[in-house]
Amino acid sequence: MSVEQQYIDLFKQYREEICSHSAGAMNQVRDKAFYDFQTLGFPTDKLEKYRHTDVSKYFASNYGLNISRVDIPVTPDAVFNCDVPNMSTSLYFVLNDLFYNKILPKVSLPEGVVLGSLRDFADNHQDVMAKYYAKLAKTEEDGVTAYNTTFAQDGVILYVPKGVVVERPIQIINVLRSNVDLLVNRRVLIILEDGAQARLLVCDHAIDKVNFLTTQVVEVYAGRDTVFDMYELEETSEMCKRISNMYVNQEADSNVLLNNMTLYNGETRNSTLVTLSGEGAHIGLYGMAIADKQQHVDNCTKIDHTVPHGTSHELYKYVLDDHAVGSFFGLVQVRPGAQKTNSLETNKNLCVTKDARMYAQPQLIINADDVKCSHGATVGQLDEAALFYMRSRGISEREARLLLMFAFVNEVIDTIRLEALKERLHLLVEKRFRGELNRCGSCHKCS
Amino acid sequence: MLEIKDLHASVNGKEILKGINLTIKAGEVHAIMGPNGSGKSTLSSVLVGNPAFEVTRGSVTFKGKNLLELKPEERSHEGLFLSFQYPVEIPGVSMVNFMRTAVNEKRKYHGLDPLSASQFLRLMREKRAIVDLDNRLANRSVNEGFSGGEKKRNEIFQMAMLEPVLSILDETDSGLDIDALRIVAEGVNKLKTSETSCIVITHYQRLLDYIKPDIVHVLYDGRIVKTAGPELAMELEERGYDWIKKEIGEV
Repeated sequence: MSVEQQYIDLFKQYREEICSHSAGAMNQVRDKAFYDFQTLGFPTDKLEKYRHTDVSKYFASNYGLNISRVDIPVTPDAVFNCDVPNMSTSLYFVLNDLFYNKILPKVSLPEGVVLGSLRDFADNHQDVMAKYYAKLAKTEEDGVTAYNTTFAQDGVILYVPKGVVVERPIQIINVLRSNVDLLVNRRVLIILEDGAQARLLVCDHAIDKVNFLTTQVVEVYAGRDTVFDMYELEETSEMCKRISNMYVNQEADSNVLLNNMTLYNGETRNSTLVTLSGEGAHIGLYGMAIADKQQHVDNCTKIDHTVPHGTSHELYKYVLDDHAVGSFFGLVQVRPGAQKTNSLETNKNLCVTKDARMYAQPQLIINADDVKCSHGATVGQLDEAALFYMRSRGISEREARLLLMFAFVNEVIDTIRLEALKERLHLLVEKRFRGELNRCGSCHKCS
Repeated sequence: MLEIKDLHASVNGKEILKGINLTIKAGEVHAIMGPNGSGKSTLSSVLVGNPAFEVTRGSVTFKGKNLLELKPEERSHEGLFLSFQYPVEIPGVSMVNFMRTAVNEKRKYHGLDPLSASQFLRLMREKRAIVDLDNRLANRSVNEGFSGGEKKRNEIFQMAMLEPVLSILDETDSGLDIDALRIVAEGVNKLKTSETSCIVITHYQRLLDYIKPDIVHVLYDGRIVKTAGPELAMELEERGYDWIKKEIGEV
């Protein structure tokens, strides 16, 4: 029996139940998604973009699914500690794939802004859903996206109406919580209408010591003249596997910054597809991964310049220790006519041990003749000359290595446009390198 | 303070030092001169424990301890300091962080509490003045984007921070203009006490006009071939090294 079969059977058997615990606008695309899922199957390492992460294997284990939306007990205290201190955010929780509306921030969002359950939103805004839901995330193009669209029942909506600036950063904490091995299918829809501005921090945590497999599909629509920051911070556990597919569409003069940081995980595959569809749009696409033991981090990105005057700046850095495996696949595509495109793509990696493996594949496809593009990747070890210099000043080898690794990832942290988060990350990264962040367990390290 | 006996060392299997004997007492300044490739920098590298060099024979005793058994960081804690001929740039590591870690690790080694932030900044300010090092540089990454002169001044600043008992200045004069040379040399002299010693490795007499050596050695082909008073440096400046090569029967 193929890996897919149990999911095909499951959907056939529970179709009604899945639909009845979701929203009409989400159900409308389910059949098409199911058809595409059956056609595509889960991606295997035979596909170029999944070459170093065979995600089909992840689905072979037996996971539970919370199809009938059973309430999951949670201690608010355990998750409350996780706020990034010194940073006043509007804080929300998502429990597995369920928007948790029992704890809501005291300060309300500006008028018209929605942050809440995607399912609830879909019930009341069918017109918006019809326009945006599952449009960027094409189910016929990726097996995981097709699967997620087939099974997704809830998630998060961020909707910022035209011209509204959300001053206070929004923080969402994804909490994985279960007594049995669990498969979570989360859906996120972010819509910024023309001129809107918002900043979003999303933290992934796992409370329980069971196996979690999370699939997540995120769609971001950035209208004209929008400014949007999204920081994703994963601090889960060795028992967590995460597959995230993010799709971003940017209209004219929009400015989007995405920063994806894998601080602690099991196995992670993040895919980010950014389309610059309006002139003068800018994307800053950043990421960092710190991995050791048997951890695995794969970032697959594509920036599609479809129109003139787009700019993109991409930087990913990995520090791999022990037997960790990293993969970076980055494609920048400049379509015919996308003149005056300015793009810089860089991937730099440190393999601290001989057993750590890094696969780097930066790519440029240019079909326009008046552009400025560059791309490059490096894989190396810590600078021996610098190490010795530091040791000769009395800094122990361990401490010297730490300082160098810390300096290495600083470049990515420095792209963050939230001062308090930047400071917090300096601390978290230092703890990570010192081995003090060795498990997430109920967010104790944030307290 | 330092006693080197029959020291042999090689790099990549090639023997560079072929039997060095050298004794340095507290308060002394020794100059080591010699033509290119004679082994001067190898000697300094071996003393501070650069892992690229392998000691094949001989012994080095520093303050009664077997120096060769100590890790580079322990040698530093014991009071050995090398001013690098080519100071290393470390992007992303700030001078402040670098020095604070170094100073506090040394304090820890000697059983002292780490300095508080304000104590440390006061110490930085005080020591910076010795070599006239700009505060701007102190806030930058270690040596990154520093000019040649600034790098050398930064070496002496670090020396001031760490208060070594034996300092090795490896061609600290190379690449310095007259003013920078004077600042660096004056810095070294200010740090000099009757308890501390110094090895000055140089090609030229000019640094020795500022830092007066008690003893001058000529290193040639991995051995010390001549040892005399300060007048030897003057003679080398005038006559070059050929006469020494003749003296030992090489030419």
